Amino acid sequence: MLAELGLAALWLCAALALLQLLGGALAQREATGELAALVRPAAIVQGVLAMFAFAMLLWVFAVTDLSVKLVATNSHSMKPLIFKLSGAWGNHEGSMLLWVTVMAMAGALIALIEKRLPEKTMQATLASQGFVALGFYAFLLLSSNPFERLPIPAIEGQGLNPLLQDIGLAFHPPTLYFGYVGLSVAFSFAVGALLTRQVTPEFARVMRPWVLGAWVFLTLGITAGSYWAYYELGWGGWWFWDPVENASLMPWLAATALLHSASVLAARDALRTWTIMLGVVAFSMSMLGTFLVRSGILTSVHAFAVDPERGSFILFLLILYIGGALAVFGLRAGSVTEGTRFKAWSREGALVFNNVMLSAILGIVLLGTLYPLLTEAFDVRVSVGPPYFNPVGAIFVVPMLLVMAVGPLLRWRGDSWERLKMPILVIAAILIVLAAAVYFLGDMSVLAWIGLTLAGGLAVASFLPLRGRNLRRVPIATWGMVCAHFGIAVALFGMASESAFTQEKLAAVSPGATEQLSDWNITLESVDPVAGPNWTALEAKLLVSRGNEKPVIVAPQSRNFWAPPQETTESALLTRWDGQLYAVVGNQAEDGRWQLRLWWKPFVTFIWYGGLLIAFGGVLAIIGRVKTDLKRRVVKRAIAQRRSFEEAA
Amino acid sequence: MSENDVSKGFKPKHQRLVLVTLALVALIGAGLLASWGLRNQANYFYLPDQFVAAPPPVGQAIRLGGMVAEGSIKTLGDGVTVSFVVTDQKEARVPVLYTGILPDLFVENSGVVADGSMDAKGVFVADNLLAKHDENYVPKELEEMSQHQAAKMVEETTMGLE
Repeated sequence: MLAELGLAALWLCAALALLQLLGGALAQREATGELAALVRPAAIVQGVLAMFAFAMLLWVFAVTDLSVKLVATNSHSMKPLIFKLSGAWGNHEGSMLLWVTVMAMAGALIALIEKRLPEKTMQATLASQGFVALGFYAFLLLSSNPFERLPIPAIEGQGLNPLLQDIGLAFHPPTLYFGYVGLSVAFSFAVGALLTRQVTPEFARVMRPWVLGAWVFLTLGITAGSYWAYYELGWGGWWFWDPVENASLMPWLAATALLHSASVLAARDALRTWTIMLGVVAFSMSMLGTFLVRSGILTSVHAFAVDPERGSFILFLLILYIGGALAVFGLRAGSVTEGTRFKAWSREGALVFNNVMLSAILGIVLLGTLYPLLTEAFDVRVSVGPPYFNPVGAIFVVPMLLVMAVGPLLRWRGDSWERLKMPILVIAAILIVLAAAVYFLGDMSVLAWIGLTLAGGLAVASFLPLRGRNLRRVPIATWGMVCAHFGIAVALFGMASESAFTQEKLAAVSPGATEQLSDWNITLESVDPVAGPNWTALEAKLLVSRGNEKPVIVAPQSRNFWAPPQETTESALLTRWDGQLYAVVGNQAEDGRWQLRLWWKPFVTFIWYGGLLIAFGGVLAIIGRVKTDLKRRVVKRAIAQRRSFEEAA
Repeated sequence: MSENDVSKGFKPKHQRLVLVTLALVALIGAGLLASWGLRNQANYFYLPDQFVAAPPPVGQAIRLGGMVAEGSIKTLGDGVTVSFVVTDQKEARVPVLYTGILPDLFVENSGVVADGSMDAKGVFVADNLLAKHDENYVPKELEEMSQHQAAKMVEETTMGLE
């Protein structure tokens, strides 16, 4: 019954999205349309109904209603409640429902609160939003109905892949989806602005919080996903240049470029066409990401819930939206007049450079990700990995980071070399000293050497925009920028340190024996069976210590899940301020020794601390921007009031 | 810095032109660099029969994908090196050596992708093993059993109705 209610709500949503599309489109033709007045209410009701449908799905998962096919194939009555709920979106149908739900909620939110843009632009924006949503409703209802019933209820569910029964995973996909959906809103704003020829600074200000929000979620999603892969897959690596990882990185790169170019448009009314173009590109990348992940067209270690047939549906949507948007762009871009001009040596110039570099990196990642598909057409199968992405990407990342160190110090429109000579020389001196110091620190790859050097230089440079300012007067958004740029330096330091200083040991160890790794002593105490709610495991007890520290027990496990039956290795991590000890237990050899794989990874945690700092910087920027917007609104209202008052007088 | 100063170098239309040109140059540069990198750095993927028919040069990084042959997984004396055979389930068999802890889904008769290179003896030395994990993973036996149970249930429920 509840499942049917959810399904009915979805059909209603689809109808409302159609109404939104038609109403918004007709509004562009007539002066005032009756349908046009329905656009905003349609978006709001659609948001409520989509939330209702998603709530119904959560409910059938919570009570493990085994007559619903999705529950029977993905859940199990013995699972802990949190994983029953997260199982609702840990599969194809549920995750697509989550996607449209978030999208409808975003549509409802802009329909409810956004009053700054001309009404026609808003209607065009909501029409575009409705159009995108309609495609996804069609996809859900026609090819992946999450509420489908089984003719005969199953006796027991088939369970959720044990690798997915993890708290990190419960929140990882939704975070990425929030990011993708945020970019869909930015896309709709871009299409709306383009259709009504309103590419103004006001448009950039309205779009910016959405881009920033999407960017924060993508940052968090990528950070969490990377940490999940790091501790759950048990290989000790944190980034594999896997297609699914690239699928989340590409929208992030585009969103990073977009939020910087939107800043230029908002502050200086320049880069109009470019910002619109990036809005289209950013959403295209999210769609492409969804397509790559959902279709399973590329082999990936992260690929869950794959279905090639559905891939073609998403591919169709991708071509429809992106082709449509590019067509509108081609027709209208010429009529967008040039923005304000600026000198090359200016804040705008630096941001343009950042945008061009980010686009180049995006192109490199995109080509590397799709290359196996291209060659497969010629019956040659290749895989593209770190030997391609790392050096080729670095060629563009390094200059971008150098400009990032200086860009925030520049003034808008144009600046003089004299004014910036000192800070630039200071940064250059730091870089040179660090490069020399790191060179003598030990043998490492060129990239790790560059990374460590740049990280140090950037960490200092990221605080220079605050120099000589009254810290209490610095706008929150500026703090956000400083925090995010500093986060980049921190993450870069973690990556380079992990690559340069990691020590690894692989050994077969008998109980009682001790292994040495870096300055750690690791003793295998025992290996014992333990049991969890839906698994049993062999747990190794390792007594680890370094120097005079008190020994600590770390306990990696080799787990056996029984629904579905599957073995997983649970790595054990011991975190210290200066790094992580990473231990994995393998199989027992015939002679009774246990396989142990141990890593000491100095400062590896900085990778994810950096990611969190970047995201926190984004949050600060949103708070700062929204606060200024609200203030501006109050001032406007006060002016309007005074004017009407004066007229009355 | 006056307005005049800013526009000195560029005429109105020119700034856009310059920006577009710069962006294009950078993107084309990236594209060329990427295609050069891809030609040199892509790992070619081999299936067991391709590997046997035309072995890759010794030491070249490649990927080998296939099924782990039944009964072929053996642990060597050091306790951490594993040898197994990757097969296409026909004739082609490639011996593989891997030092490390086996991934979770690495079992016999299951798919595996190995990163590594061939040594002089014709053995594939893997640096990394990827076993695919899939959400819709259902062991064959279980699938058959539930279908069987379903059929039985239909039989039981419809028995008295005729």
